[in-house]
Amino acid sequence: MRYAMAIDTKKCVGCSDCVVACQTENDVPIGYCRDWVVEVMDGTYPQLEMEIRSERCNHCENSPCVRCCPTGASHYNEGGIVLVEENKCIGCSACITSCPYDARFVHPEGYVDKCTFCLHRVKKGMQPACVAVCPTKCMYFGDLDDPRSEVSMILKKRKWKTLIPEAGTKPHLYFLI
Amino acid sequence: MREEIIVSGRNNPLIDPQLHIWHWEIPLYLFLGGLAAGVLFFAALYTIRGRENDYPTAVKIAPFVAPIALTLGLIALFLDLHHKLYFWRLYTTIKFDSPMSWGAWTLMLVTPLSMLWCALHIKEIFPKWDWKFDIIKDVLAFFEKNKIVLAWIMLISSAVLGIYTGILFSAFNARPLWNTSILGPLFLASGLSAGSAITIWLSKNHAEKKRFAQLDLMIIGVELFLIIHMFMGFLASTQVQIEAANLFLGGAYTAPFWIFVVILGMIVPAILEILELRKFKIPVVIPVVLVLFGSLMLRFIIAYAGQASRWLY
Repeated sequence: MRYAMAIDTKKCVGCSDCVVACQTENDVPIGYCRDWVVEVMDGTYPQLEMEIRSERCNHCENSPCVRCCPTGASHYNEGGIVLVEENKCIGCSACITSCPYDARFVHPEGYVDKCTFCLHRVKKGMQPACVAVCPTKCMYFGDLDDPRSEVSMILKKRKWKTLIPEAGTKPHLYFLI
Repeated sequence: MREEIIVSGRNNPLIDPQLHIWHWEIPLYLFLGGLAAGVLFFAALYTIRGRENDYPTAVKIAPFVAPIALTLGLIALFLDLHHKLYFWRLYTTIKFDSPMSWGAWTLMLVTPLSMLWCALHIKEIFPKWDWKFDIIKDVLAFFEKNKIVLAWIMLISSAVLGIYTGILFSAFNARPLWNTSILGPLFLASGLSAGSAITIWLSKNHAEKKRFAQLDLMIIGVELFLIIHMFMGFLASTQVQIEAANLFLGGAYTAPFWIFVVILGMIVPAILEILELRKFKIPVVIPVVLVLFGSLMLRFIIAYAGQASRWLY
């Protein structure tokens, strides 16, 4: 089982509902966010192109954060989701320094926090909070190992990219372009 | 024009606008760890080669710096942790993929080892010292008999201590400035240079001072070679490494690096040491303090500039 998320950049309007839904669902402290929206503007007026992406932890298959964690707090959980075990985290911040996507942050309580693909919801058969709340329904989540899942089907139909593939992290967050 | 910005207002403390998660605690520990590694390495080396009497300061006196440096360094590391009460978790597992885990265990070995080495030579500093309890005297007598084995363990573990911090930084591919395998040897060389400098300062034996000045000169030569090749490597790599190198070739860290680390920390002390070897009278404290300062600044600048180098936007 390999969980992955695909986001359609052609349908994302940058409303940031995903950001707020995540903060509400996961009790993210005020002033922090586990996911964010990036806007890319390319070209010279009037030939301009825009891409909007909702980014978060990529739950990489070859994640540098799991590799460098000295206590094993950062680990692979169900479906390849990368989680942090609070009671093992010493707050050394090596994982933060090793993430090419700047996806992690230090929670005020001292441990390191980030997107968890809402594993607590996924285990109950629900979608992650950001996917569930998206008003344009541009986000897909599911099991890459299941050829009939939403995410597998959409990745077969559309062109996609991942962020910084040359970092060798094998991310599980796909952007449909 | 290409503009790539975060529009949802992310401002995660310590992460935005630019990663600034590691502050003075980390470079201070890196310097103190490198210094301790340097003094312990030379103490072990010259014990194994049977030259304790030729280099008495290096083998018997300079190692007293190590437990102090390591203790202060460990306190600095502890202060850096955000989840301090859980620090003991480092010692419930070993992760071979994580240089930080190697470091935690190496420190666990080297710190008591350095204290043991000092205990064996305590009479050099306090001639009237008496251990009082027979059990302590027996244990120390055991180690005194097996000193060569102890010296080999110290040689290898101090070399690991000196190099692992550079390997730890270089294992972060997300920080292009650090992601070079030259960083490990560079940090080791810098630590050995700091160790030689302390020995020169503490020594009262002219032959020993001369030997360590020669060693320090060679090590500074190696450091300059490594720095030049590190930049050549970056400029011949990908765009992110070129941008990382440009932090030191016109960017924000140019002046501090070339002035404090290279000129004041390596070239000027090298020139002063050459003059000393040619029988000019230079107060020995000057090149020594410059070398130590350069070693400290190397750690500070690499730690801070590395956090500025990135793959994104």
